[in-house]
Amino acid sequence: MKKLINDPKTVVDESVEGFGLAHADLVRVSPDPLFVARAGGATTGRVGIVSGGGSGHEPLHAGFVGHGMLSAAVPGPVFTSPTPDPIVAATLAVDGGAGVLHIVKNYTGDVLNFETAADLADAEGVRVVSVIVDDDVAVKDSLFTAGRRGVAGTVFVEKVAGAAAERGDDLDAVAAVATKANSVTRTMGVALQAGIVPHAGEPSFVLADDEIEIGIGIHGEPGRERVTLEPADRIVDRLIGPILDDLPFSSGDQVLLFVNGMGGTPLVEQYIVYRRAAQVLAEKGIEVSRSLVGNYVTSLEMQGVSITVAKLDAELTELWDAPVETASLRWGR
Amino acid sequence: MTLDLSWVTTWVDDTVAVVSDNRLRLSELDREIGDGDHGENLDRGFAAVKAKFDALPEGSTPGSALKLVATTLISTVGGASGPLLGTAYLKGAQALGDAAELDADAVVALLTAARDGVVLRGKAEVGDKTMIDAWTPAVDAATAAAASGASPAAVLRAAADAAVEGAASTEPLVARKGRASYLGDRAVGHRDPGAESSSLILIAAAEAAEATEG
Repeated sequence: MKKLINDPKTVVDESVEGFGLAHADLVRVSPDPLFVARAGGATTGRVGIVSGGGSGHEPLHAGFVGHGMLSAAVPGPVFTSPTPDPIVAATLAVDGGAGVLHIVKNYTGDVLNFETAADLADAEGVRVVSVIVDDDVAVKDSLFTAGRRGVAGTVFVEKVAGAAAERGDDLDAVAAVATKANSVTRTMGVALQAGIVPHAGEPSFVLADDEIEIGIGIHGEPGRERVTLEPADRIVDRLIGPILDDLPFSSGDQVLLFVNGMGGTPLVEQYIVYRRAAQVLAEKGIEVSRSLVGNYVTSLEMQGVSITVAKLDAELTELWDAPVETASLRWGR
Repeated sequence: MTLDLSWVTTWVDDTVAVVSDNRLRLSELDREIGDGDHGENLDRGFAAVKAKFDALPEGSTPGSALKLVATTLISTVGGASGPLLGTAYLKGAQALGDAAELDADAVVALLTAARDGVVLRGKAEVGDKTMIDAWTPAVDAATAAAASGASPAAVLRAAADAAVEGAASTEPLVARKGRASYLGDRAVGHRDPGAESSSLILIAAAEAAEATEG
């Protein structure tokens, strides 16, 4: 394992400390309990938005703290959800009297810890509403499983919810927008090679040189099948077909097309993926009215990408376009 | 024969040791069907518990000590196992109230409440390939042992033996909860790390009881 680290035990603390130093104009870091909040603090009368989860998915979530998006992010240990204490502390810190929305990716650990934190914050007199993101079409949603995972679509949910809070919507309205955004968002990913968790020191899973895993989650957990490596266009077809069938999307829809790198795949390959995905959508008469390409929800240095398609209406488009000023997403301001 | 606070402190000491000794093995089990940090997370949690127990408040009871284990695990472990195990200890502690001494029935009440807590939080049942597959046979065996007049230590030994078997029984199962559920059939042949760590905790409980009963 070659990594630019000092000690596996201090990876998250040191990384977040560096993040705070690099973006001191945007954020303040609370070292203990560990969370990242907007530099300006809570805004009176405005809904706070807190997200979080295991580290290793940077820039998710701290990279999206700032004007027009998150009020605070709570990083857990690498690939492990944070405990309730820092979530409660972040929630209390960003409450401006209008309550706080928790945006939670649907992983068992995240859901349980945020649920406990919401109860504790409620006991402190802060009203919390939680929205669970579950955009991943690769796994079955059934009563007998943990259900669909929350993956790259989380960025879309965080962006539009943040914009709704910024324009002054009340807590229920912000939660309704977040729920709507999640309901129209579908994602599927592929891994070419696993990342290496610092404290484990070896890859989370092993793929042969000619093998790829279709339908992975953001830690590399499998979803559909392991197949032989194919040309990029063919892999994109395997990802986007199930996405379009799932909602379903249809001719005339306007969508956001989001190609997300998992940390170890260069932009040159991400744009090849984007090209094919855009072709497929065009063939089906689906209009790509907004786009995003880059490393936004990573899995350490995992090689691979995910494709997200979100159906846009006038409100979601307006909220997506609204000004945002964070370390990793910035426009209109 | 009854168990008191010294049983709880010995149980915690033994658990800290066994979790530390099995840190890499538990993470290896987790790497096969999850994300490979179960041993790491539990070790961090129990190390924090040990620090708290080094300064256990005056007048602690078995229940209050177990509540301290619960809150410490919830606030240090993270992932799914923090809230699940934390809830187990919390509900177990509540079942004991402020009793200073535990007889066999109190031990059964503790284990039953702990199991019910895990079920409540995790919404899993036997056969889902989770820690419930260790806890439920343990509760059943403890209940039967107490009914036949066993001592608290013998009740815990019965529970531990059943939990060990229960953990082994998860190997042929398809996971239906947690991250391993995304593996589908590929989880078959691998032991659930949560069931395994639960069995280690219950073995520690039995050994501590045998040691303190002398």
